[in-house]
Amino acid sequence: MADLNKTLDLKRQAGFGTVAIICLIILYAPILVLMIFSFNSGSQITKFEGLGLSWYAAAFENQEFYSATKNTLIISFTATIFSTIAAVLAAIGTTRVKPWPGMSWAFMIINLPLMVPEIITAVATLSFFALIAGAFGLNFGIGNIIIAHTVFCIPFAYMPIKARLEDMDLTLENAAADLYASPWQAFKRITLPLLMPGIASGTALAFIVSFDDFTITQLVAGPGQTTLPLFIWNQIRRPMTPEINAISTILLMVSILFISVSFIISKSRKS
Amino acid sequence: MSNSKVAVDVRGASRVFKAPGQEPVAALDNVSVSIKENEFFTLLGPSGCGKTTLLRLIAGFDFPTDGQIMLYGEDIAVLPPYKRPVNTVFQSYALFPHMTVAQNIGFGLEMQGNPKLEIDARVAEMLKLVRMEPMKDRKTSQISGGQQQRVALARALAPKPKVLLLDEPLSALDYKLRKDMQIELKRLQTETGITFIFVTHDQEEALTMSDRIAVMSKGKILQVGSPHDIYDRPAVRFVADFIGETNFLSGAVKSSVKGTSKVKLDCGPEIAASADDGMKSSGKVTVVIRPEHSNLCAVKQGQMKGVLENAVYFGTDTHYHVKLDDGTHFMVRQQNEGGSGQNGFKVGAPVGISIDEGTARILRD
Repeated sequence: MADLNKTLDLKRQAGFGTVAIICLIILYAPILVLMIFSFNSGSQITKFEGLGLSWYAAAFENQEFYSATKNTLIISFTATIFSTIAAVLAAIGTTRVKPWPGMSWAFMIINLPLMVPEIITAVATLSFFALIAGAFGLNFGIGNIIIAHTVFCIPFAYMPIKARLEDMDLTLENAAADLYASPWQAFKRITLPLLMPGIASGTALAFIVSFDDFTITQLVAGPGQTTLPLFIWNQIRRPMTPEINAISTILLMVSILFISVSFIISKSRKS
Repeated sequence: MSNSKVAVDVRGASRVFKAPGQEPVAALDNVSVSIKENEFFTLLGPSGCGKTTLLRLIAGFDFPTDGQIMLYGEDIAVLPPYKRPVNTVFQSYALFPHMTVAQNIGFGLEMQGNPKLEIDARVAEMLKLVRMEPMKDRKTSQISGGQQQRVALARALAPKPKVLLLDEPLSALDYKLRKDMQIELKRLQTETGITFIFVTHDQEEALTMSDRIAVMSKGKILQVGSPHDIYDRPAVRFVADFIGETNFLSGAVKSSVKGTSKVKLDCGPEIAASADDGMKSSGKVTVVIRPEHSNLCAVKQGQMKGVLENAVYFGTDTHYHVKLDDGTHFMVRQQNEGGSGQNGFKVGAPVGISIDEGTARILRD
């Protein structure tokens, strides 16, 4: 049996290894090159002159980088919190209720931001805020970006939370009700703690999506509302130095950190 | 059962499932049954017979489309589960994976709002009752299936429910453990004095533990009685067939005197068979004879005659498959004696079958 399994194993098919390696190179070589050049002591992003941390030092001294980071964190954290709350409520509303007419429509509407081209959402959001500003004279400043991000992040937070709710054994909630827990107590003591890994992945995903969003932010952001992705974009239009590589690497590390944390949480909770 | 107070009284309960564009399906069809206080009552039947539906109606996970569920005289049919003083042991145990054994057992007491000291004392008492004291701080994933089973029992018993509902709780255990748990369950029921309603498809489990059994099929209760009643005096063909192994012989009633009829069997002989009061005393009937109530013997001494087709050795006993003169198959079960265990009957040879006096019964249908 063991031998048979080996021959059926896809890994042992001819060419599998080669294809896998080519894919990995195409995916990661550019990122690797970007990271290597962030340690360049020279001032070009295409010619490596020696190892050094000078561009990291330059980045940390750059005031614009600081203000962009601050904006990004304010926007990402706020949008993540609101979108996760909305996603938890939406997930419960689409899994823990009797099927109601229009439920599939609700499901579609929640996930629509995933399917609509982002540039369309961006243009629509821009004209929406312009309309509000024109009609009511309302402008929430950085709040505009937070609202736009919140809406856009909901489906990303919604998906892992809904998956977790669907996987959860309904008998556990029955058991809680059987043991005199009111619906709210059962939710607080049983459903919510068991849902935490799903919420953690949802939160991490929403954060990442908001953290590196460019298209919507670019259109909605007003003066002084530069976020990190916008900051990098602006840098590229100037003569490029490895400082941009250093900043990109920092951004990448933050993303990797969040993804890893959410991965570890969901792993440890499952076992 | 000297105490005859009724704990649960199900009155004409139905549960009809309706799906658009489909015929409505009655999972439970106008069922009435009274379960007495302190009773070990079993709902027995094949899957899809409605036994679990009935249990869910009593627990409050589902609601009857018609009828009443009375608990000590109060109609609880529309109460949500958390307002019913009944607890359930689930087939999958449904232990809370993020809590310890002790926290699981204390959950119901905590939800009832008992003071912490009282909860701790009761949890300790329960841990002792199910012999799980050394495991109290373990997570439920760190204990074996049999131990999980005991924790599930302790958790359901801790709030002192008026009735304990058990939904096939032993089906996930292996044979040896299941045997032990059957004895354990009976002990717990006797010690706590709580009414148990037990759902199973395993007839042996039902016969060994129950005070009374309700046999169900297709959403209806066919017969309610003690294990003896159900096994020795099955009322209908389904009950006789589902519980144990049995032989069905058709025949015609010749005469009837005070519960005993003379029946001329289609395979030849005329035998005496008992019947409940009010059963028909003439015409075509079906007679049941348990395999262990019949014996192989020499052709001359037998009440019935046939050819021995097969003998299957089971260790404690042997099953003899006999083809009777009219072509019906009849099974005889005989306890093995020591030695060769051949009992002298050869496959392919003609044999006689004698029936123990007073064991043949006429079915109601």
